[in-house]
Amino acid sequence: MIRVLLARLFQAALVMLAVTAVAFIMFRYVGDPVSVMAREDATQAEKAEMRVALGLDQPVIVQFGKFALRVVQGDLGISFRNQRQVAGLIAERLPATLELVFVATLISLGLGIPLGVVSALNPHGWLSKLIQSVSLVGISTPTFVTGIMLILIFAVTLKILPSFGRGDVVQLGWWSTGLLTGSGLRSLILPAVTLSLYQLTLIMRLVRSEMIDVLSSDFIRYARARGLPSHYINYRLALKNALMPVITVTGLQIGSLIAFAIVTETVFQWPGMGLLFIQAVSFVDLPVMAAYLLFVGFLFVAINMAVDVVYALVDPRLRTGP
Amino acid sequence: MALAASMFKGLIGLLRIRRVGSGLLRLIRSRPPLSVIIAGIVTAIVILCASFAPQIAPTNPLDLASFNLLDSELPPRWAEGGDPRFWLGTDNQGRDMLSAILYGARVSLMIGGGAVLLAALIGVSLGLIAGYVGGRVDAAIMRLGDVILSFPTILLALLVAGLARAVVPEAASPRMAPLILIAAITIHEWVQYARTVRAATMVESAKDYIKAARVIGFSPARIMFRHILPNVMGPVLVLATINLAGAVLTEATLSFLGVGMPPTYPSLGTLIRIGNEFVFSGIWWIALFPALTLVIMVLAVNVLGDDLRDRFNPKLRGRR
Repeated sequence: MIRVLLARLFQAALVMLAVTAVAFIMFRYVGDPVSVMAREDATQAEKAEMRVALGLDQPVIVQFGKFALRVVQGDLGISFRNQRQVAGLIAERLPATLELVFVATLISLGLGIPLGVVSALNPHGWLSKLIQSVSLVGISTPTFVTGIMLILIFAVTLKILPSFGRGDVVQLGWWSTGLLTGSGLRSLILPAVTLSLYQLTLIMRLVRSEMIDVLSSDFIRYARARGLPSHYINYRLALKNALMPVITVTGLQIGSLIAFAIVTETVFQWPGMGLLFIQAVSFVDLPVMAAYLLFVGFLFVAINMAVDVVYALVDPRLRTGP
Repeated sequence: MALAASMFKGLIGLLRIRRVGSGLLRLIRSRPPLSVIIAGIVTAIVILCASFAPQIAPTNPLDLASFNLLDSELPPRWAEGGDPRFWLGTDNQGRDMLSAILYGARVSLMIGGGAVLLAALIGVSLGLIAGYVGGRVDAAIMRLGDVILSFPTILLALLVAGLARAVVPEAASPRMAPLILIAAITIHEWVQYARTVRAATMVESAKDYIKAARVIGFSPARIMFRHILPNVMGPVLVLATINLAGAVLTEATLSFLGVGMPPTYPSLGTLIRIGNEFVFSGIWWIALFPALTLVIMVLAVNVLGDDLRDRFNPKLRGRR
């Protein structure tokens, strides 16, 4: 297992290096940093001086090394648009996105697993056919359409839920939370439901197909033959075994949720990292774009690693290693 | 040159009319479920409407002279205050929504189709090479694919589209934007084709007819594109159908986020973006109709794709 982990760690390091390289290329070669930062009336001599001061006259590999060093220390540069430290901007927006993703994951697990089990236990019943059809519509509806529809129904027509912003937030140190106030929770409902829908259908379909597979396996047939009660077979034996891939997919999906949060945050004007990124894209604010890429890249690599490790711990077949 | 010629001949072989005809016959005899028939009809209607948009649309939404600001924000024909000239109402500039949707669906399908074609072309070629050549080439292509697949489509596409805006000065122009969108979607999608084709190629390469072709002394390019390619195309067609729905959705999302098609040459996503600004003032039709069109279109293609996938899945063959 240690060999597996080391190989994964090496692969993760390689991916992070590649992501850092892309971010470096964005900083260094997309547009000339000197012409962006210098005063408009700067002379050639001043520009050359600035080039030396920024280290742009050094070999590319040295520049990349310095860049990587700064990134590791958490120095992600200064935003072109609002002249603030990018790391600070991201830290400020992080809680909003993570709370949204957390609640959306809870919703999709809480609804997806029971619905998947129901449609697996009786795959030809009307309920499971209905669930299947609705899930196909769910997969075909883009996040932003769901969001607009929910706004149209609950905010514009019925006027019972707020449609934008986070409501009141409470500061816990540097972490700002909307989970402790009434208006914060109410503001969270529509965005979280919107974000959870896609993942909900995914988890539901996965639980269904895994359950059906497990239920037709030999050990379940044997348990039936022994006369064990059906709720014990269905929930203790079958569901437990069917949930294995759900761990993986849910873990991997947390990364996708953070990416999909870009869309949800745009629809609901939710002040998270996604909104920060999309604003950076429309203003071509390269440091913020690069920092977001680095941050999300790191998150993805970390999540992928964590899922692999958890999997190795849970699945006895992987424990001994190859 | 030899490679290009082999590829071309291979493609011609795939498109043999006789085969397509007998396949169609078999499809009709197999009695697909009602939902699949409806999905097929809907897809056909959408493709026809999109192809002939200039002929059937009441007005040309791309021609600034054809609409009038005085007609702006009119509700659909059947609603109170509707104008009989505009079946689905007008947008904030007085554009006929029906025409805008017909043209928008055309743009969405063209970009989605273009992305699927390009991704299939790149993915199938790299998959064939990886599977046939093997070794380091295979490892390099597949590891690159692993890295790309560990990020979601929308994130990579946003990054490419966003970067293109920084590099290409005319990135938002009607002529450049579709190309950038196609590239942005392709960068993620080719991997799936490459993985599928690689696995199938490895199976085929071990068979006797390929060994025989090698003994005869055919060039690797000829063996890959004329002998192996026709035998691994089945799953690729299924994948292409499923990915068309995904590509259309990705394009719509990018346009909705403002890094896709410009408002002067809107796709369905751009129309929904414009409509989104008016939802709060109770002007629902600008966003709702393009959104419905998009969902119906993608749903129909998804139903077809699911059915195709089940047909090709040997596990399910006996159960249907």
